[in-house]
Amino acid sequence: MLKISHISKTFNPGTVNAKLALDNLSLDVADGDFITIIGANGAGKSTLFNAISGSFFTDAGEIVLDGTDITLMPEFKRARSIGRLFQDPMRGSAPGMSIEENLALAAGHGGWLSSVSRADKQMFRERLALLNMGLENRMQQPVGLLSGGQRQALTLMMATINPPKLLLLDEHTAALDPATAEKVLELTEQIVSGGRLTCLMVTHNMQTALELGNRTIMMDRGQVIFDVSGQDRKNLTVADLLEQFKSASGKALDNDRMLLTR
Amino acid sequence: MSFDSILSLIQTALELGLISSLTVLALFLSYSMLNVCDLSTDGCFTLGATVGAVVAIGGHPYLAIPAAMTAGVASGFITALLQTKMGIDSLLAGIIVNTALYSVNIAVMGNSSLLNMNKTDTVFTIMKDVLDGTAAADQYRVIVAVIAVVAVIVFLSLFLRTRLGLAIRATGNNPDMVRSSSINPVFTTIIGLCISNSFTALSGCLLAQSQRSVNIDIGSGMVTIALASLLIGNAFLGKGRIPVRAAGAVLGAFVFRIVYTIALRFNMPAFMLKFVSSVIVIIAISGPYLKSQIPLFKRRLEHRPGRRQTNA
Repeated sequence: MLKISHISKTFNPGTVNAKLALDNLSLDVADGDFITIIGANGAGKSTLFNAISGSFFTDAGEIVLDGTDITLMPEFKRARSIGRLFQDPMRGSAPGMSIEENLALAAGHGGWLSSVSRADKQMFRERLALLNMGLENRMQQPVGLLSGGQRQALTLMMATINPPKLLLLDEHTAALDPATAEKVLELTEQIVSGGRLTCLMVTHNMQTALELGNRTIMMDRGQVIFDVSGQDRKNLTVADLLEQFKSASGKALDNDRMLLTR
Repeated sequence: MSFDSILSLIQTALELGLISSLTVLALFLSYSMLNVCDLSTDGCFTLGATVGAVVAIGGHPYLAIPAAMTAGVASGFITALLQTKMGIDSLLAGIIVNTALYSVNIAVMGNSSLLNMNKTDTVFTIMKDVLDGTAAADQYRVIVAVIAVVAVIVFLSLFLRTRLGLAIRATGNNPDMVRSSSINPVFTTIIGLCISNSFTALSGCLLAQSQRSVNIDIGSGMVTIALASLLIGNAFLGKGRIPVRAAGAVLGAFVFRIVYTIALRFNMPAFMLKFVSSVIVIIAISGPYLKSQIPLFKRRLEHRPGRRQTNA
């Protein structure tokens, strides 16, 4: 589904602040894979997502999504086949527009000059009801009135309302309180497995990283240093994961949040 | 003051308010929806006035309207192109286009800074002839302006509900979201500014034709006046659905003119118009900010070092 070959990215090249954020990274993602990604601070997890979704162009290498070379495709064009959620729940929806208007924008049905159809409204209502947050009765309210958890759930729904070829989740529950995070994570699992979506998820919670999905990769200094799936992954514990990190990177894991949320 | 003169004051405020409210509606789209402060408004207003006047003088009173609006679209397109595709800051792009339009406007008027339309057929004279002999005969200016304003409000209300309209609103409301979505912000900004500038030009065209002359200064200060009207309107009808907010913009333009006309009655010289509009914009924009600073200001007063009370 997604084939990343030898991509590299250096920020601020030629200055004292030059940073090699992605170092000749390659990754093959199969159709229907749900990969969890963990790694230390500054390992390049978000940078990898930015490269895939086109926030910047890589210095070298090639990215192919479902047979289409997207290496130099502008971000908004890639966004048609890539859904993305950020840590900041405010980032994925327009606060001054109603829930219905945000969903209509995400669904993008019809031509540029068509407005929301009755069938779409009905579909939005049914999908919102699945979130179990009472949002289906608040469709005309501006999104700015929703809580962070509600907004993140709505963003998740917006990103998957047209099943994307690839869903990128960048610590999308990290800014939520534990109970809400749990709920959004549950929804994520439902939506991803229900729609058989191909998904990459960055998380700082190693337990989650092992429980969710079918494959886990660990990143360090812009490279994939550990990649586990299948039976090997089933037998893995958080302690093993920490040990793996130490042996693969030659240092102890220094992601504070990661260690605190075990 | 006699009843008649009050009535005529309201009449003038209504005419000018309605015609300039088209510019306010343009800013409603560019400033409130797209979150772009379009400083080419002054020049574009004049552009609409000059192009409309030249075409009307050429004997095409109806064609004058679409011609002026097309000129506005072209101007908006260039302003948008500068800020989306050429890396020029959006405020600077507006100022640059505004400066260039000064030359363009003189050129449109045939190397002159004044055109007279005393004997020219315009949509206003046509409406006057149509209404001749009816009870509404004196109101021909207002009627033309109302038609234009209603048409623009209806257009905006319908347009901002379409997928393109929603995309334009999202571009202004949450640029972060749009950047990582399938909406191309370049496209939405260009469309938004083209449409808003066509309304600005329409506004200039109608003002020139209703006062039967156009000079190069007709649009100067228009952006501030329109912004003041928009913010006044926001105070009355700032919340709610799009048609309500658009109507608020028109109401704001009318209230601004009424206040200004009353001020003139109290011997405020006419040249103070632009000063007053600047003050209104300053108050309307800085007001909420200053208000939010009051608690901190109070704390500073109470918390001056050396003044702490002790129980000694």
